[in-house]
Amino acid sequence: MAATPGPFGEAFRLIAGLEPDLVEIVLLSLQVTVTAVALSAAAGLPLGATLAVARFPGRGAAVTLVNSLMGLPPVVVGLGVYLMLSSSGPLGPLQLLYTPVAMIIAQTILVVPIVAALTRQTVEDLDAEIGDQLTLFGLGPLARGATLLWEGRMSLVTALLAGFGRAIAEVGAVIIVGGNINHVTRTMTTAIALETSKGDLALAMGLGIILLAMAIAINAAVVALGRPSSAERRT
Amino acid sequence: MFNRSLLDGRRTATKPAMVALAVLGSLCLLLSGMRQASAGERFIIVQSTTSTESSGLFGYLLPLFTARTGIEVRVVAVGTGQAIKNAANGDGDVLLVHDKVSEETFVADGDGVSRHDVMYNDFVIIGPSADSVGIGGSKDAVEGLKRIATAAAPFVSRGDDSGTHKAELRLWKEAGIDVTAASGTWYREAGQGMGATLNMAASLGAYALSDRASWSAFKNKGSSKLLVEGDRRLFNQYGIILVNPARHPNVKSADGQAFIDWMLSGEGQAAIASFAIDGQQQFFPNAGR
Repeated sequence: MAATPGPFGEAFRLIAGLEPDLVEIVLLSLQVTVTAVALSAAAGLPLGATLAVARFPGRGAAVTLVNSLMGLPPVVVGLGVYLMLSSSGPLGPLQLLYTPVAMIIAQTILVVPIVAALTRQTVEDLDAEIGDQLTLFGLGPLARGATLLWEGRMSLVTALLAGFGRAIAEVGAVIIVGGNINHVTRTMTTAIALETSKGDLALAMGLGIILLAMAIAINAAVVALGRPSSAERRT
Repeated sequence: MFNRSLLDGRRTATKPAMVALAVLGSLCLLLSGMRQASAGERFIIVQSTTSTESSGLFGYLLPLFTARTGIEVRVVAVGTGQAIKNAANGDGDVLLVHDKVSEETFVADGDGVSRHDVMYNDFVIIGPSADSVGIGGSKDAVEGLKRIATAAAPFVSRGDDSGTHKAELRLWKEAGIDVTAASGTWYREAGQGMGATLNMAASLGAYALSDRASWSAFKNKGSSKLLVEGDRRLFNQYGIILVNPARHPNVKSADGQAFIDWMLSGEGQAAIASFAIDGQQQFFPNAGR
């Protein structure tokens, strides 16, 4: 038997060979997670801003709830989404179980609280800082929320990256609702789980290294994109 | 500074909204693309066990079936217990597992149409090559388990209601040993799949019951090795069942039946027999016998 190449060797071999299976898995992981983060931004940013700016009874409880939901265990979310999408569940007729859409739904549920909670904190802090000025400008609640979101955009990008990190790394939810079906719902994390269960630890770790490299590349790209506008702010 | 950025903010307040709209628009396209992709293909979902998937059997068989019929087979590989529950919820077209008792219950409950024997292999007891209990080379699985229990040597159980777990519990019962009382001491319930259980056994130097195919394909054996095999009580029968379309209308009964017919046909049975790991046959077809 040939000497095993070890995790870094495996990672290099996979990337250098540009294996179609690996490319497919990487693209599916990105497609699912980017879509989930975009949906979470669409829901979480307004939700967070509303919690920060609006004053209504039960607001404190709502803030605590959103903060707590940041810690939702993925496997519980997976189970809940499974029960909803199962053929015996209320959304069974849609036939979404074991599809990428099911995985997007599960990840969105995981990410929305993160985006909403971090947005709430950012916007509330900003409101304390420049809220008086906004009142002076006579902005209505909607314009006020939008302006605060725009002013806090740098911190909010970090909130979205936190959500991205959570979603790209989780396995508990996607393996239940996706089923880890080869060529259909196999993502980086479910592939790592599968290779670990086959005892191919070097290949599993190699995939893990690629996943980490992807996360670093995406974070670096987002930071690089954000740089010009932060320079703009300093002028 | 504030004034300026505030004015900016007012002017650009429309910008994030437009960006959000663009993102949402492209998302809708992306999602609809995915839906079409999944609706355009002809496929069935098979609920099956980890042994058939991680041994590579499905990777070998399914392309042959797909080439013959044009039907794609999507395998959800979980423990037998979970596979049966998923199928009973209607989340699958065909069930291929290895616990005859619960398979027959599944059919009797009206969740499955009928059960067919499709193939068999056997369970093996693996353990550390030091084999302090001295069961290596024995053909008596029950005696082996008795010795492990007497020596309180570490044993890792699936503990996940899988076919292998149920077979293991039957063997313990036959050995007259109450493992629930020992759970947490020398008897460790992993509550995980075959691979995870073998990983634990290999690193703990513990004994475990495995199906032969999962063990043969397992790549992290370390110093563990196969110790007991060849006991008639280690027989491991796989059955195949069409999920009942009368109870679950979404079941693709024609394509699911086509898969079952092929697995039971001469061609399918020959394909099962020709699957080998390191030149060794792993599954033995026995449909209709």
